[in-house]
Amino acid sequence: MSLLTSLARAHASDQAVAQRLTTVRHLHVSSEPLVFVPLAMAGEAHAPLAVMIGTSPDTPELLTVAQPRNRDQQVAFAYELAKIFAAYITPRTNRRLPVRAGASGVQYRCADAPQVWVPNRAGVEFIRILGRSTRLRRSTGEWAVPRNIPVMGKWLTFLADRAEYAGSAMLVAATDALTLHWATGQSTEEDQHLPAVLGWIAPPPGMTGRDAARACENPLKVPPAGPATDPSFDNGILEPLLAAYHQAASPAASRIAEDKIRKELRKQLDGTWHRMWQAITLLRDPSLPAGAHVGVRWERDLDAFTQAADWIATSPGAQPKRDSAVYAARRLYWLERAQQQYDAERAFDDPMVMAEARMIGEAFVGTVIAAVPNRRVGRSLRPLITVSTTDAISLAAGESGLRRPELLDQKTTVVSVTRDGDTVMVELELREGMGSGREPRPGTVPAVGDSVCYSLFKDDYRRAPTLPRKEDTPWTHGGPPKPYLPTEQDAQEPWS
Amino acid sequence: MTVTYVPPTAVLDVLRLLTEGPQPGVVLNSPPGAGKSTAVTYMAHHLARHGDQVRVVAQTNSQVDDLVAKIAAVDPGITVGRYTAYGYPVPATLAASNILIANRFPDLRQAAIVVATAAKWLDPVITERGPWAIIDEAYQMRSDTLLRLASTFERAAFVGDPGQLDPFSVVNVDRWTGLAWSPLQSAVAAMLANNPDIPERQLPRSWRLAPHTAIPVSDAFYPFAPFESAPEQGAREMWMPTRSLGNSPADRAIEHAAANGWAFYELPRRHTVRTDAEAVAAVVALAVRVLERGTMLRDERHPDGARVTADRVAIGVAHRDQMAAIKTGLAETAYPNIRVDTANRLQGSEYDIVIVLHPLSGRRDATAFHLESGRLCVLTSRHRHACIVVARDGIPDLLDAHPSADPVPFNTQPRFPNGWEANQALLEHLIAHRIRAL
Repeated sequence: MSLLTSLARAHASDQAVAQRLTTVRHLHVSSEPLVFVPLAMAGEAHAPLAVMIGTSPDTPELLTVAQPRNRDQQVAFAYELAKIFAAYITPRTNRRLPVRAGASGVQYRCADAPQVWVPNRAGVEFIRILGRSTRLRRSTGEWAVPRNIPVMGKWLTFLADRAEYAGSAMLVAATDALTLHWATGQSTEEDQHLPAVLGWIAPPPGMTGRDAARACENPLKVPPAGPATDPSFDNGILEPLLAAYHQAASPAASRIAEDKIRKELRKQLDGTWHRMWQAITLLRDPSLPAGAHVGVRWERDLDAFTQAADWIATSPGAQPKRDSAVYAARRLYWLERAQQQYDAERAFDDPMVMAEARMIGEAFVGTVIAAVPNRRVGRSLRPLITVSTTDAISLAAGESGLRRPELLDQKTTVVSVTRDGDTVMVELELREGMGSGREPRPGTVPAVGDSVCYSLFKDDYRRAPTLPRKEDTPWTHGGPPKPYLPTEQDAQEPWS
Repeated sequence: MTVTYVPPTAVLDVLRLLTEGPQPGVVLNSPPGAGKSTAVTYMAHHLARHGDQVRVVAQTNSQVDDLVAKIAAVDPGITVGRYTAYGYPVPATLAASNILIANRFPDLRQAAIVVATAAKWLDPVITERGPWAIIDEAYQMRSDTLLRLASTFERAAFVGDPGQLDPFSVVNVDRWTGLAWSPLQSAVAAMLANNPDIPERQLPRSWRLAPHTAIPVSDAFYPFAPFESAPEQGAREMWMPTRSLGNSPADRAIEHAAANGWAFYELPRRHTVRTDAEAVAAVVALAVRVLERGTMLRDERHPDGARVTADRVAIGVAHRDQMAAIKTGLAETAYPNIRVDTANRLQGSEYDIVIVLHPLSGRRDATAFHLESGRLCVLTSRHRHACIVVARDGIPDLLDAHPSADPVPFNTQPRFPNGWEANQALLEHLIAHRIRAL
């Protein structure tokens, strides 16, 4: 935890209310998100018990499984769920807009992408496992399931895979989205409890954040946000109802028992459902305008979504069970690139994030006290500027990684660093990004008196690594992998 | 030393296995300062006699430069190539006439041995496969780099220190946990997981660590592959030519470290932020005081004694913000250029005196990051003469409160020793050298 985050958490604890960590919102919030609140059966990890799902706070749909261990009921549940997902995702795969004209003509990209909200990171994991257990099913043969179930599995797998990319906003854990913008006065473990986080951030009138969070600690009054249910609910309420359902002697009796189970599950989910929308509303508040790069990151999501839509529409297979060596290496490159872009873009968009870099001496803000804009070395334009700052910088002469957020293609070299008490004078030589004229293009060389920010963050385009073809995987990595063919066994796998 | 170099059996074994063995790879493990680069030099020359060009892979440019200088010094009749990026400022140490520096690979055709960074070997212009590669610091190379590099050689010797930190990534995902080809592990770990029959050998003796240093480091971090200090190196000595004015705890810590090789400078118990101001001040004061007092040393490199200079002192930390805080503190002293770095970046380097800010100092919790045995191992095995560890009181209680209970996922090898055990073992040793700051 950085010093500034520690400080914000200490403040939050001291003032009994959450503290803002950012000046802007760093997350795209869809105009039509799909909220997905799952419950799993205790002891049967990821055997879906109930889901509350929908795109409007007033009209949630509730799907339940009265007997989570019964395969027919599981398939019926997945079928209903897949219909809802398809209704949300399919229109988005179809509506496409032209984006750029490349060598191959105009390219079309989906105009919108899905944004699925789950309460916490365990909810993301639930999506991943549900995708894993449905995408390899088959719609033919002995263990056939309706065709839309494996399609949903592919989409859920795509969403969970995409959630690993820093800055992606297609599958959002509400607790992470909130704690990205607010520091609470509780531990990071407790920050995975959605009701408590909301308590800290938006306590009811007349209550402190701490008291509101504490009031959420009783699982009987405030059911947990899932997917795991509270054991006292399992033992005291669910278990007798399940027993009644089993012992039901007639279809009518079993329907009555099923209705009772639904009613109790709805009570468990209702609170979380409303808190999910409360979280979304908080993040849509105009006091938290979107950061400048939020749109760029969403466009990357749109690109990924468009590719996935084409792949899922045309490919008969599903995502393999495991990554191959070559795919894993390529994926790691893209994950690292996304992380670096995310860190840099957040710092560019938000002075409170940039402050973290200034604290560790890898960025500084200061005033230009001298400038030689027309300096030339040989024939090349090499302006010199001197910036005076009181930031504690830990950079030395020769450092060539400093960039200005406004002018990322301008490179710099630190010529000298002179200290005078708390003030540091940094002399910088500038090159590139000044136009091709005799004089630097106006605005490309800071003038005396300008306030400037320099940091080591950059948006470097590092070429994607050349990797061997899959069939050329070397001996060091197990040699060429056997091609994956789905088998009957995959279709037989139990659900949980 | 190189002239009379008698290769240890392990090195001869590795050469035999590499040239004649049934497997395309072999691993040479080297504890800290065990003559790894000398072994690489010997192996490169030995393989060059077979007639084909030998490719040597290191991880950073400074490692490459050091290796080139060392390999070229052995035999002026052998041409050593240094494959560089365009515009790389080649240091003055590479002036020997048998060193060929080029940024175009075809220009190095006549070199018997070519050294370059892993990144440079991945240059797409290199299309033909070489028969031999020696990969230095292979534990610092990531598995995904090896995946790309493997097409450039037929057979390879992997040389490195298994006790060091695993390679670093800015992302933290567990989707590859347990996969033999997980790109997040070290190159050696990936290669061994896919080829369990690859033989491993170990260099037996450390030339860097003196006996009083080698034993605790070996016990704590290499309990299943112990090593010892090379006895041929003779006695080491460190002393203060002046007596201190007053008898401050810092002076006592320095004197204790000079006499015993270790000191544990303990600050009063307190939970602090990472950039603990008192600990930072203590680290700065100790580093400055070592130099102010004109600390002297004598060893096989300086048989007549020499004064410790600022470039032979380093400060090791766990986090970059700690590094920044200490650099800021040093900027106001007479020695602003003392090297301060994180464990990751100190790997492979060597100093006379190292001052370490203990990764667990002042913490409330002991995370896997702070417990990682490689981190502490790197920090406490960089020194030839003395190591001063600075920490808040209370680490034993912290360790007791955070017993190691990480789940072991399927298909993964639990790391031995784990960080918790290694921390306990080293701490037990350090407590005997404790000097309280107050």
